[in-house]
Amino acid sequence: MSMTTAPAEDPTKLAEFESRLNAGETIEPKDWMPEKYRKQLIRMMSQHAHSEIVGMLPEGNWITRAPSLRRKMVLLAKVQDEAGHGLYIYCGTETLNVSREELVDQLLTGKAKYSSIFNYPTLTWADIGVIGWFVDGAAIVNQTMLAKTSYGPYARAMIRICKEENFHKRQGYEICSVLSNGTPAQKAMVQDAVNRWWWPSLMMFGPSDAASPNSAELMRWRVKKETNDALRQRFVNLTIPQALAINLTVPDPGLRYDAETENWEFGAIDWSEFQQVIAGNGPCNRERLAARRKAHDDGAWVREAAEAHAARQAAKAQSSAA
Amino acid sequence: MSDTQWPLWEVFTQEGEGAPHEHAGSVHATDAEHAIQNARDVYARRGKVVSLWVVPTESISASSPGDAGPLFDPGSDKAYRHPQFYKSPRGVKIF
Ligand SMILES: [Fe+2]
Ligand SMILES: [Fe+2]
Repeated sequence: MSMTTAPAEDPTKLAEFESRLNAGETIEPKDWMPEKYRKQLIRMMSQHAHSEIVGMLPEGNWITRAPSLRRKMVLLAKVQDEAGHGLYIYCGTETLNVSREELVDQLLTGKAKYSSIFNYPTLTWADIGVIGWFVDGAAIVNQTMLAKTSYGPYARAMIRICKEENFHKRQGYEICSVLSNGTPAQKAMVQDAVNRWWWPSLMMFGPSDAASPNSAELMRWRVKKETNDALRQRFVNLTIPQALAINLTVPDPGLRYDAETENWEFGAIDWSEFQQVIAGNGPCNRERLAARRKAHDDGAWVREAAEAHAARQAAKAQSSAA
Repeated sequence: MSDTQWPLWEVFTQEGEGAPHEHAGSVHATDAEHAIQNARDVYARRGKVVSLWVVPTESISASSPGDAGPLFDPGSDKAYRHPQFYKSPRGVKIF
């Protein structure tokens, strides 16, 4: 139970707010909103932004070792896009009256969460293919829903992001397809990567709705329009035919197609692993945070130089005006 | 030295010759020149953008949602500002 109870909202304003949502209207930064809505959005949007930023690390790991110049150019552009995604969402979050400094601080001190998927290591080049295909693929499913979220700045950031994600998924699937049609060693490498990333990718959609504490309220306020389970099923239905097309299998003996529901039914997810990773005990949690902190500290001189330069330019402008 | 976040700038991009500048998002930057560079990296990574505006966020004045009714009311009851308000003889091509 939480120690501080949220202040009671003005019932008239709350009713008006909910009727606007029911009418499909978009909430903008200066509109009245319940404190709880603001808090939930800050939590969700900042976690999303942090995920884009931390998500650069596992892929950045392979930029210098990409197997060709083409692959290297593509990976650089992809990772740079993820930085952009983080910045779009941070600036959207700031419209809810929270500063960038605070958000970055929450990430660096370990107070904020980010997607658990980025706490897994990228062991081989095939992992880069599978990340684009699975992780960006799952992100597209989630972000396509969020492009219709009720908070305007978040929805607009998602629309911008969705336009860029398709290339991320395509380049990943292309890598996997080439490896799967390559030598036996290459085929084995990509199958191994699929085996390692499949279940963590399904966990990206979050706990089952029954176990998801925020789901009902987020749906009532149209922050989310679909449940975690519905999105997960859509991802599985999209991905299995793609795997079959390039002769790869997912590590689930329980997988079967249900002709009646037209769903690919999958086996039970090991949520204890998810809880472990969320709690900070994933394979790379410590490494990821240490890398972010180092990047922030190593960048201090750049920030100082930029401020010094701006101060000198301003002084110059002033003296030439005098 | 304190780890400041720098002033906030709103970014407007023009996607193609003759198109209007549209709000894209915001960036933090030390001055206008820096804001344009950051805006280029964040909002113009693909070929479409031909021009950028950056404006200090604190310089923008906006209408408030509470006033939207009375503020925009005068525009909503003037049907005669729309061409559909007018009748013309059947069969005459006006445009
Ligand atoms: Fe992204
Ligand atoms: Fe992506």
